[in-house]
Amino acid sequence: MSENYLFSGLIPVFKKEILQILRDPTTLFFALFIPIFEMVLLGVAVDTNVRQIKTVVYDLAKTQESHLLIERYINSDDFNVVARVNSDKELYDKIVAGEAKVGIKIPEDYSRALQKGINTSVLLLVDGSESNVTSEAVNVSSAITLQESLKRIVAKSPGVVESRHKVLFNPSTRSANFFIPGLVAVVLQMMLIALISFSLVKERERGTLENLYLAPISPLGLMVGKMLPYGILGFFELCWILLVMRYAFDVPIHGSVILLLIFSIPFILTILGMGLIISTKARTQSEAMQMAMSTLLPAIFLSGYIFSLDNMPKIFWLISRFIPTTYYIDTLRGIILRGAGFNHLWVNGAVMLVMGLVMLLLASLRFRQSNV
Amino acid sequence: MINTIDPVISTKDLTIKFGKFIAVNKVSFQVKTGEIFGLLGPNGSGKTTIIKALCGLITHATGEGKILGLDIHKDSFKIKKRIGYMSQKFSLYEELTVNENLDFYAGIYHMKKDQIKLRKPEVLELTGLTPYLERRAGALSGGWKQRLALGCAIIHEPEVLFLDEPTAGIDPVARRALWDLLFKLSANGITIFVTTHYMDEAERCRRVGYIYLSNLIAVGTVDELRTLPEVSPVGSTRLEILSSSPSEALSFIKDLPYVWESTIFGQSIHILCEKTQSSSKLKEDLETAGFTNLVINPIRPSLEDIFVTLTNNITNNISLLGGTKL
Repeated sequence: MSENYLFSGLIPVFKKEILQILRDPTTLFFALFIPIFEMVLLGVAVDTNVRQIKTVVYDLAKTQESHLLIERYINSDDFNVVARVNSDKELYDKIVAGEAKVGIKIPEDYSRALQKGINTSVLLLVDGSESNVTSEAVNVSSAITLQESLKRIVAKSPGVVESRHKVLFNPSTRSANFFIPGLVAVVLQMMLIALISFSLVKERERGTLENLYLAPISPLGLMVGKMLPYGILGFFELCWILLVMRYAFDVPIHGSVILLLIFSIPFILTILGMGLIISTKARTQSEAMQMAMSTLLPAIFLSGYIFSLDNMPKIFWLISRFIPTTYYIDTLRGIILRGAGFNHLWVNGAVMLVMGLVMLLLASLRFRQSNV
Repeated sequence: MINTIDPVISTKDLTIKFGKFIAVNKVSFQVKTGEIFGLLGPNGSGKTTIIKALCGLITHATGEGKILGLDIHKDSFKIKKRIGYMSQKFSLYEELTVNENLDFYAGIYHMKKDQIKLRKPEVLELTGLTPYLERRAGALSGGWKQRLALGCAIIHEPEVLFLDEPTAGIDPVARRALWDLLFKLSANGITIFVTTHYMDEAERCRRVGYIYLSNLIAVGTVDELRTLPEVSPVGSTRLEILSSSPSEALSFIKDLPYVWESTIFGQSIHILCEKTQSSSKLKEDLETAGFTNLVINPIRPSLEDIFVTLTNNITNNISLLGGTKL
């Protein structure tokens, strides 16, 4: 008999798993529909957040020109002027108190400078604690002042208005687009961990796992036979999410899609390994669900997905180094947003590959030990 | 044909501990080729643990264990290929069809395509599953699921078949059908090791082992067990009593000094009593107490009688030893 002891059982387990995935509509639904649902939810939520930003205005000039400028801000629909103040302190206080996210300060010499043809600037104070708001406010403000300046140039009046911004509380800002690439990682992680751990825990609940352990197959054969179908499913899912990201949310991919897919392989491997480890611990599907969710929390909060890692206390930064999602999100953003290439990202890829292999090793050790 | 290795299963002082708890305590027994061996015992007595240890699922067992001449500690991979196992949970993939389930189990037992082609019709015919070939396992009724589970367990032509409480939770008709199947398999030379807590199933077995509180208390054919000194002590006899109002009669009989054991069995009462007290003495006592329609006959101990007596002995011994908690 020509049987490979190391991977024995791989092929029948693989075939069976594929059949089960195809036969179980909830799995497919879970895998393909839910991510999109989440993206729409979060994508739209991200988008609506940046309308009607509460704004406080400190107009020192109090001229026709300054009123016109404020009018432009209001008309952009991005800013909602909730208060007008008369001192720097009040302006600052309103933002600290959370009554406004943005403060616009127009200098006293605004109109005079423009009339003289001297460049002038508007100061934009932005609450950086909500990064998407920050970037939107900065972008729109720049656009408004640019528009104003262009108008003046066309009208042959030389003065140029510039928007200078100062971000409070969180100096590093990110674009709203930053969310979607991060979301790809989080969604992929959530789906795959849940699906693979469910598939094994279901076997335990039904007693079929016992039969698998009693059959002459190797732990590695069983493990890889389980992982491959979900790896393939994860890959399809990734492509599908990327398509939606690119065409429904209009996030352009500046780098190489092929590179992105290649770098996704070690991440998927790591995640499936985590799922397998969970499934050796969890006795029931709800236990597996809880454990899967608990891996998601650090992946959301400590991976740089929401909060910038640069501003975290050292200890959290250190923790983030042990979370595979950190490297994957960085890779995704690098490729999608900055157009980074292999030479920029190979370290991330290497770290994820090492993590994946470690997870695989741990999972197979636990597989050997685990009692049915 | 299956080569005869006797005994097919043998253990000596097989012991399995989970932490401080001794799940199986120094169990020794042998099972011969083609035999149906029944391991009987209450839930939690260690039946399933013994099966798992024999099949190589529990790696920390101590003591000797051999299946088909192979050591359970060293050769579990080789053993796995030659044995079949069916659990009480049926262990089927409900999303897969009958055919796919069979193919899957054939696959994980390293069967080649042409082997499967030859073997599958045999299994289908034996189990009667041919009409349900393309039906999903999840859509089968309990009895058919169990047949499929059995089919999956024997697809690779195992020499030894382990069944862990195979009839738990299925109806009597399906139960009988399953036993008919087991007899067929046994006739083909497959050795069958079955655990159960049904007395009537145990009586169908060629030989029976009774396990209680992790200890194997008795092993043998039912006839051998009947003659055990613990079951039929010297100077004792078993009687069956038919009487009016049997439950009142039972409480009366329980208090008689020469009656050691008594229990209701359907409409009758079974007792174990001193042989010197003839049945006429008992009849007299019962009549004096006002019971009528009395018929008293000597009987052979049933399997239940045997196990009740053995269990009582153990319980009594333990309490004599200073009331160790069970």
